[in-house]
Amino acid sequence: METSFAITGKGYTIVASDTTAARSIVKMKVDEDRIKVLSSHLLMACSGEPGDTIQFSEFVERNIRLFQIRNNYSLKPSAAAAWIRRSLAQSLRSRKPYSVNLLLGGYDTTSHRPHLYWVDYLGTMTEVPFAAHGYGSYFVLSLLDKYHDPEAPLEEGLAVLKRCMDEVAKRLIVNPSAYKIKIVDKDGVREIEL
Amino acid sequence: MARRYDSRTTIFSPEGRLYQIEYAMEAISRAGTVLGVLAKDGVVLAAEKKVTGKLLDLSGGGYGGSGEKIYLVNRNIIAGVAGITSDANSLVNSARSAAQGHLLSYDSDIPVELLAQRICNMKQGYTQYGGLRPFGVSLLYAGYDEQHQFQLYHSDPSGNYSGWKATCIGANNGTAQSLLKQEYKEDISVKDAIGLVLRTMSKTMDSTTLGSDKLEFSVLTVDEVTKEPKAKIYKPAEIDALLEKEGLAKKDDDTVMAAA
Repeated sequence: METSFAITGKGYTIVASDTTAARSIVKMKVDEDRIKVLSSHLLMACSGEPGDTIQFSEFVERNIRLFQIRNNYSLKPSAAAAWIRRSLAQSLRSRKPYSVNLLLGGYDTTSHRPHLYWVDYLGTMTEVPFAAHGYGSYFVLSLLDKYHDPEAPLEEGLAVLKRCMDEVAKRLIVNPSAYKIKIVDKDGVREIEL
Repeated sequence: MARRYDSRTTIFSPEGRLYQIEYAMEAISRAGTVLGVLAKDGVVLAAEKKVTGKLLDLSGGGYGGSGEKIYLVNRNIIAGVAGITSDANSLVNSARSAAQGHLLSYDSDIPVELLAQRICNMKQGYTQYGGLRPFGVSLLYAGYDEQHQFQLYHSDPSGNYSGWKATCIGANNGTAQSLLKQEYKEDISVKDAIGLVLRTMSKTMDSTTLGSDKLEFSVLTVDEVTKEPKAKIYKPAEIDALLEKEGLAKKDDDTVMAAA
């Protein structure tokens, strides 16, 4: 029932993910943070097989950091997305592939533009203005088709996000109790409450 | 005394020197000059061809006729080589592979310094793992990336590399270097840098006249519309036209005689 979605707007990307960790019919945890901060201007929301998400996101986090230490600059979102996609594509052809779906949100400090990438466990990657994974995506994508504006200021973006969360609460049989929301813009990454 | 420590690249002499590395550098200082100047809106690279002659077929081959000294490594990096050409070919090949490898992993052009580091790691390896001689090649890398814009790097057989505003390798590099030091201005434009490079080349080259038979020339800029790097390696005819424009073209003996 994991749901995560993300939208881009004027100079920012918002990434939101529900915080419920469940196993079978049992809620195990309600404050799980699925959004990893990969670098000063890069966020990654992971959903999928619980162990895999942690293993893979930590693997990515460490490698992005290693690149930063070695080369004295951070990978820009497009380069990071390409590398992550490649890692998943290689994993898919291994004996035990990672079953992880990702949303990668970032802000490119060289071109001053926000970016959002939708990546799945098969190694598919596309750059999109808004994206969603999980059961929530069935309701949210049509909503975003109608209401998303790539030039919207942050307040409007957050209002659209609120609509999405309300829609999922209304229609999905299991309502995610809480969301973690993180924003990345020119000033870097920050977490907000809605 | 020194002879005892000559044969292996990996052994220090009692004075703490690695003779093979120094000999490799000596080989480079006899090679054709390569000169690079970093401008605010581009990088200029010129090289002196040593292998020339009436019978040499320059029609085929790489960029700029024979393509002996200046190579396109990636669309954002040009390299100029001085030293043993066969060693240089192998290094350029590695550099091109490294650049394509980066493109495969990150879907973006390799940063210039990263490429220089890759090549230097390889060169350094040959100063430490025995049984082989070091690469007898120095390179100038003229490149562009989004992070640091235009850059000019130099690497030598020891595996050291350094960034420069204007530098020179190969024969007469001392003379050229001091000429550049006098004439280089901060915020020089590509247009002025082309003139500076050609004038310095004409003063330092052994031959008295400049022409496309002796010179290779290239300029790296950024396309004004697309903002993508634009690497241009001049063809022989273009070099002659450029020399004509700069007033450094070869004078035909007969016409001079007729005028006198």
